[in-house]
Amino acid sequence: MTETQKSLALHFGLLALLFALQFILPAYHHGNLSRIMVLATYAIGYNLLFGYTGLLSLGHAMFFAAGMYGMGLMIRHLGFTPAPALLIGVLAGLALSAAVGALALRTTGVAFMIVTLMFAQAGYLIILYFGEWTRGDEGFVIQQVQRSLWGIDLSDPTARYFAAWMLFSACLALSLWLIRHPFGRTLIAIRENESRAQMLGYDVFRHKLGAVVLSGTISAAAGAAYALLFGYAGASFATVQYSILPLLWVLLGGAGTLIGPFLGTLFTFYLIDIASAFTTAYMLVVGIVLVALTLFARQGIGGEIRARLWNWLP
Amino acid sequence: MEFGPYLMLASLEGAVTAAVLALTAVGLSLVFGVMRVVNVAHGEFFMLGAVLAWWIATTMGGHPAAGFAAALIVAPILVGVIAAAADMTILKRVDYDPERTIVVTIGLLYIIQQLTLMTYGPEARPVEPPFNTRLALPWIEWGENGLGLYWPWGLSTTTYKLAVIGAAAVVLIGVWLLMTRTRIGLVMRATQLDREMAQAFGIPVERIYALVFGLGAALAALGAVLIVPIQQAHYLMGGDPLLLSFIVVIIGGLGSLPGTVVAAILIGMSDGIISVFFTPTLAKILATLLVALVLVFRPQGLFGARPA
Repeated sequence: MTETQKSLALHFGLLALLFALQFILPAYHHGNLSRIMVLATYAIGYNLLFGYTGLLSLGHAMFFAAGMYGMGLMIRHLGFTPAPALLIGVLAGLALSAAVGALALRTTGVAFMIVTLMFAQAGYLIILYFGEWTRGDEGFVIQQVQRSLWGIDLSDPTARYFAAWMLFSACLALSLWLIRHPFGRTLIAIRENESRAQMLGYDVFRHKLGAVVLSGTISAAAGAAYALLFGYAGASFATVQYSILPLLWVLLGGAGTLIGPFLGTLFTFYLIDIASAFTTAYMLVVGIVLVALTLFARQGIGGEIRARLWNWLP
Repeated sequence: MEFGPYLMLASLEGAVTAAVLALTAVGLSLVFGVMRVVNVAHGEFFMLGAVLAWWIATTMGGHPAAGFAAALIVAPILVGVIAAAADMTILKRVDYDPERTIVVTIGLLYIIQQLTLMTYGPEARPVEPPFNTRLALPWIEWGENGLGLYWPWGLSTTTYKLAVIGAAAVVLIGVWLLMTRTRIGLVMRATQLDREMAQAFGIPVERIYALVFGLGAALAALGAVLIVPIQQAHYLMGGDPLLLSFIVVIIGGLGSLPGTVVAAILIGMSDGIISVFFTPTLAKILATLLVALVLVFRPQGLFGARPA
């Protein structure tokens, strides 16, 4: 098999496996896996920027929340049906990421991290400030009757699993296509050596902006889907913690690998799930894993697999 | 109360905030200046100072002043030692790479915060101030008998709050003297200017880094010990000081100590005054957006000079 065939076989094999798993998993893990697939979509969005373009954002929660509230508020206050509401959620993420990207990309390195962090913090505070509509920290529930998309009740576990799988598949396939496309190749070139890419005549700023917008839009799609599938939108999804989590997922799974975001999300989800059975201080796990990864395994799971087993892993 | 006395009260409250903020932010600025890294766990060292102050004061018992005095000395030293140990075991191993340091200090933030939650618990606990006499303050007004003093109801402060402002000023002068007048300060500034050249001249750069990191954390802890009789100690209290210190350090110009102090006074005073007149959330939104825009359009800070 050529490397392309191997990589296609691996990723479509994963999707087929996830599709098949819904018929055999017990109810609890079935529900978890739908949640993991939506969150892994968020991680895929984050990875496009962090793993493939080399830009570390500490504020992706604002894009996730833009999708979530863009969708949720339409349904709650304007009585939209899910389909146009989802579209508005995604568009909200697109507009916000274009605006934030245009400003934040004027800085680099540490300043970029702090600027994104500050914008996300402002976003979180804005959600709290308009508590009358957003219900702040408490959040709001999207009723079951409002969650039916084209006659399919998305609160039903099977439909929910399938919807999550569709979203995850679409975004995985999109990123698989993207990194073979000249645009994705240029992003990798910018990550490896920005000045060289610039010298070769690429418009670095426009490519980076494109990456921020794409990454923010996928994150917003994940946020909108999360609120719709699980019927809840709350300000806690806009906190710093939800900006740190995708970073952790991608670092753990392997930045700059396509399969990494999913692996990282899967591991972290179950790690936190197990830890929270023992203690309320389950975020301790997140801290220890972050420190350990930075010290001992910078490549994450995907990176280690690439280094030791399959050097063709995209 | 009328507007004048009200404003005076707000400025007094603001001055207390500014004093503590200046200590915390100077700690962060020192670490950034000398080591060129951003310490995201800085707020947790602040929180650790407050929690340790409560623990020391409670274990000591006896007169509140004795416990508080012990906390004032022991808590910052303990926090400094913990921070220096974290520097030597963790930060040194990531080679002080700016981006990896941020990720690793985020990890440290959760570790410290959650360990405190597991041991100290989720309650907010007060520390008794060593002295706390109410002082009524006069206000000047044109009355029937010409210009006279009167004491408006509610316009007062406490001796403790004034002591916090004084103590912070003394410590800040101490830090300034340390940096400009002593040999160790000279060594720190040499390391800040050129790490490799300093190393070539035989300065133990790694030990200086551990010292600076510990000193920065100790300053945050000291600020926390001073504020804990006014605000209670809680495991999540590190968030706001971190955010405000970031704001102050960025506005003041990254790594410039005088700029940091000026910005701390400006932000602390305006935070106190603004939150009297506006909702605190709106004030915070405006402040965070302002900082982001300052970083985008004036990365050298409002008071910093453009690097040559």
